[in-house]
This record gives sequence, structure tokens and C-alpha cells, in this order.
Amino acid sequence: MNGPHDLGGKAGFGPVQPEPNEPIFHGDWEKRVLGATLCSGALGYWTLDESRHARESLPPATYYSASYYEIWLRALEMLLIRHGEITVSELETGAVQQPGNRTERLLAADKVPAVLASGGPVDRPIPDVPVFAIGQKIRTMAGLNHGHTRLPSYAHDKVGTVIARRGTYVFPDSNAHGDGESPQWLYTVEFDGQTLWGAGAEPGTKMTIDAWESYLVAE
Amino acid sequence: MHDHSHDHDNALDPMTARVKALETLLVQKGLVDPAAIDAIVDIYENKVGPRNGAQVVARAWTNPDFRAALMTDATGAIATLGFQGRQGEHMEVLFNTPDTHNIVVCTLCSCYPWSVLGLPPVWYKSPPYRSRVVVEPRKVLSEFGVTLPAETTVKVWDSTSEIRYLVIPMRPDGTEELDVDALADLVTRDSMIGAGLALTPEAAQ
Repeated sequence: MNGPHDLGGKAGFGPVQPEPNEPIFHGDWEKRVLGATLCSGALGYWTLDESRHARESLPPATYYSASYYEIWLRALEMLLIRHGEITVSELETGAVQQPGNRTERLLAADKVPAVLASGGPVDRPIPDVPVFAIGQKIRTMAGLNHGHTRLPSYAHDKVGTVIARRGTYVFPDSNAHGDGESPQWLYTVEFDGQTLWGAGAEPGTKMTIDAWESYLVAE
Repeated sequence: MHDHSHDHDNALDPMTARVKALETLLVQKGLVDPAAIDAIVDIYENKVGPRNGAQVVARAWTNPDFRAALMTDATGAIATLGFQGRQGEHMEVLFNTPDTHNIVVCTLCSCYPWSVLGLPPVWYKSPPYRSRVVVEPRKVLSEFGVTLPAETTVKVWDSTSEIRYLVIPMRPDGTEELDVDALADLVTRDSMIGAGLALTPEAAQ
């Protein structure tokens, strides 16, 4: 979906504003959002892909006016409601009205270092041989995908070159919707700036994306 | 005399109140351990950050075997230094050279190599950088104080998959005598995103 998150090439957001000596958190509430998001993820209801889709499904006006931790918090509320651990009424009243379900999945504090250190790899072995070769010219797919996708709008229907084969990975477009991991070959594809932006491109620039096999056709 | 600042002591700002309400529900339901949140925050405030990545870069500059290992299996090579896990499960490194300057973005969200750089800065997650760097990377770099020669290709890597990219900046001149720890002090967070260069020893003073 070309939602508010699909920012590459959009105009009007002004200058980049690096903050000298930026703190890791801008307030304690950001710490709680980070921690609650990771702890809730450990309950096992949703994948990283589903949580990304929840964030990008926020209304554009909300997305653009929110800080990133606010985006995370709003998406977390949405996910907990969707999967039945929190009700809208509970959020409105602040009072528990039904018990927690997956309490056996509670992430204990002493398990945190090991859980973060192991992470969640998403490479998956499949028997398929890769369709595209390094150095091959490809064209990215065109058209609108109404669900989650990791093909950014600016790289739709563009001719590029495969520069790396990364292995076989969970396919976000299906996984985000609970439709299975459906692993595919993943490639890195390089474009010339002029291919993406025409006369508006800066000279001597290239862009790359990581693209799943079904995003590509031979050129 | 009445101090007006006290009027607001018990009023939480909207985001603080909102996350506190959610956390309270989750804790009361037995779904979240508040001490686990504290443990997560402690790790990203005090243990996992850009000093990890700087150790990787300094070794890439000084140890040809490590450099070669980074090129064939970056995830494994970085893990030998003890840096691994969440948002660093699938690592690749990008070596900056006089011919090519690499810079990393996530236009679709905020993907960032946590295991070596920690949590991303606000500018990395915000619309100006995400929208502009794929179109006008030289202009964005100039706003970070970096001006590259016209003959240097600028390559922008959009982190659209779970591959996480770590830029290895060029080693500054005049650093032949420095050891790994002194070299690591020259490696800034921004230089490992590609939004900056490694510091010269003079600039690091």
C-alpha cells in the first residue's frame, strides 16, 4: 500500500534536522513505549510484518503529526485490540474488564538479554533455485498493492540491475496479513538516479532496494 | 507566594498518560512485567549502541582477515565481537571508497542495525530524511556538513528487507600509528549510516 509511510521522493517535509548530542530517549514515556512494544510482541500474536502494517495503516494526518514512538504506541494499541488482549472500553476507562489470555507468554525481566541477543531471524530454506542472476536487468512490478508491501512507490515499474542475491526470506506481503511466511528469494537491485527521478536526479547517484523475487520480472 | 508551576505537577502530558494507561492494563492482566521494560531500556541506554559499530569499523580498518570475513559473512564476523540479535540478524557491510560513498535509509519505516548502532536517532526516522535522501543525497549530505567530490558516486541503500546495512567509512589519513581503541574513537554514529565521515584525529580532540 502506498500509505503515509511510503515516503521516498515525496516533497514538502523540509530540511533534515539532526539534533546535537541527541539523547537516546526524549522522555520516559518513549522508554515505556519501546519496552511495552517489545514485551507485547513476545506474546506471539503478531509478526514484525503485521506490526509494520499496523503503523503504516494509521490515517495520514495522524502519521505525519506523530513522533515515531507515538506511531508505535498507536499501532500497539491497535494490535492488542485486534488480537483480543485489550478492549476499546478498557483503554477508554483504564480499568481491567477481562483477564489476560497469554499470561504464560509473559516476558520475564531475566529473559530479556537472551531474547534480544537471539533476535528473530527470517531467513528460511526453500528448494527453489533463484530466477535472476547477478548482473541481470530486471523491471519492478507496477500497480497498486492494497495490502502490505516492501516495494516502495518510487521503485515501481523501473528498470534496474540485480547486484546481490541475499538468500531466501519470509515474504512480508503475505506474512503481514497472517497468510503464511511463503519464503522467496531476496535480491538487492540497483537503479540509476536518472531512471527513478529523470531530469530531477542528482548526477552520479544510485539507489538500491532489497526486492523479493515476485516483485521482479526479467527485462 | 503561590508557585504556579505546581499547578501542573500532577497532570501528565498526553503521551505519558496514554502509555501509562496501556502499561498499567498490561501489567494488571499479567501480560507485561514492568521490570522487563526496565531491562530492555537499560540495554539500549547502556549496553547496545554505536560504540559496538565503531569496534567493528576499527577492526575492519586494521585486520585484513576480519575485513574479509565481513565481506563473506558480516553477521557471523560481527557476532565474534559479541554483537548480534534483534535488528541485526542479517547484516551486510558497505565499504566507502573514493569511488563510492554509501548512505543508508529506510524510506518505509525505521529499519536500522540496532545490534551495532543501538536505537536510531529521530532524524533517521522522520519524514525529511526518509523522503529526501533517495532523491537528493548530495544535498542531504551537505546539510550534514559532508561535501563529496563530483566524481564520487553516491549510493543510497533503502532498507526494504530484514537485511541491515552498516557503512564502513574510509579510514582517515594520518591514523597509521593509532591502535584499535583510538581508531574506534574516530568512528561516529553518522559515519556508520553514511551521513557523515570518520573524524580526523585533530577533529576528535
